[in-house]
Amino acid sequence: MRLARSLLVGWSLHFKQESRNPFFLYILIGTPLIYATMAYFLFRGGKQGDGLAAAALGTGFMGIWSLTTTAAAAALAQRRRSGLLELLVAAPLPFWAILAPITIAISALGVYSLLTSMLYVRVLYGVSLEIDDWLAFAVAVPLGILAIGMLGFMLGAAFVRFRAAWAVGNLFEFPVWTICGLLIPIAVLPAWVEPVAWLFAPTWAMNALRDAALGASTPWDDVAMCATLSVVYGVLGVLLLRFFLGAARRRGTLALS
Amino acid sequence: MTYRLRVFAIGGFLSYRALFGWLNPYLFVIILLVPSVTQILFFAYLGRAAGVEDDTFYVVGNAVVAAAVPCLFGMADTITDERYTHTLSLLVVSPASRLALFLGRAAPVAANGAIVAGFAFVVGSLVLGVSVPLSALLPLALTILVTGLACTGLGIVNASLGLRWRESALLSNLILYFLLLAAGVNVPLDLLPGWLSTIAQGLPVTHGVEAARELVAGGSLADVLPLLGAELLVGLSYAALGLFLVRLFEAQARRGASLELA
Repeated sequence: MRLARSLLVGWSLHFKQESRNPFFLYILIGTPLIYATMAYFLFRGGKQGDGLAAAALGTGFMGIWSLTTTAAAAALAQRRRSGLLELLVAAPLPFWAILAPITIAISALGVYSLLTSMLYVRVLYGVSLEIDDWLAFAVAVPLGILAIGMLGFMLGAAFVRFRAAWAVGNLFEFPVWTICGLLIPIAVLPAWVEPVAWLFAPTWAMNALRDAALGASTPWDDVAMCATLSVVYGVLGVLLLRFFLGAARRRGTLALS
Repeated sequence: MTYRLRVFAIGGFLSYRALFGWLNPYLFVIILLVPSVTQILFFAYLGRAAGVEDDTFYVVGNAVVAAAVPCLFGMADTITDERYTHTLSLLVVSPASRLALFLGRAAPVAANGAIVAGFAFVVGSLVLGVSVPLSALLPLALTILVTGLACTGLGIVNASLGLRWRESALLSNLILYFLLLAAGVNVPLDLLPGWLSTIAQGLPVTHGVEAARELVAGGSLADVLPLLGAELLVGLSYAALGLFLVRLFEAQARRGASLELA
């Protein structure tokens, strides 16, 4: 009960706090606006209707990933800089229960990104997104965001030793945009890319939303993959945290990395 | 004169070192070099998906715009980092020539931009199999250098705004995104609305990218000199505007005692 309350309060606090970060809001709103505009001009003539609707979802997810990969990866470095990391590690609550709500809150801000991109293509380009399966869509959005947030949790745990974790996380921005089918169809990419893309939550989250919205095929297998990956990322993140934080505590280097 | 040269050279060198916190050069690789290449790959595949232009278009465009990243962020950081380390006030009350100070900081940033763009060009071309005529290499290097200088001019404007606005990283990103969209880097200018392609003529990178594409297509240096002249003119205009804004915002900040508050 205490753990559940901590998770909920942590998530709510960070969601409200990060919602007031102008840089985060810029990433969430600016990324879909710019990339949806580029997609519109590039695909105009060749791709209409469903294509642009899918692009709207894709650019929304690009915003989510852009924020998660930098902000979530740097979540621990930020606490270190503000002098909180040692206090948080020493708290009786398991450390994963402190970090996970932060990264999930960051990815949850992505609802702004999704809404922005869908509204933008609707208002400016007249492309409306007709949702084929509302139930699946309503389930896919939070599960997709959860899966991306847990991937951010794993990255945050993996980069705890890097003072410039935001930059290390940022390395993943374009590669994930490229291989996960957010804007570029996977069929255009080399064949070996597809199995790699399966490892990343944005692939399944995007598939789930695209299928729920456009009804090309059932979205539930993709939704299930989002749930599975959330658990896998969570377990890996906990193991990484245990390893890195244990080593840092033994050497007394938690504040020095 | 010697004093101004010292501010230009030594001040610029120290500022550049401080920019990266050169404890470990890995930051240079992960912040500037790797993303410049992954960006090329993203847009090349997006271009293939859209069926607009070939890989050469995207390699050249994104390699040249890679010069803008260190120039925009680097110049903005020369102000925001001073504020972060509480040395901005000391800088503002110092009698140092602002021209020498900012040009000193701009020179290594421009060179840095050119190096990053050159790296992106070479690696992007190798990965995607884009061939460049040997005769175009030197003119291309010159084009990249001129584009780096022009981007630094815009970077000085960006830095000056940092005197008034704390969120300079946000502004740098905003400008960079606008360059990606409107400077003919990823969307051909003839696909953009007329008003946007007109604005593009006043942006750094636009003429540099066009010159680089012409060189890769077999053009000579003489063919692209007007474009390089236009790129340089755009850059110098922004630099002059930036230095004027530095003076203006500095005076306003002193009057309002708002230097640390921005």
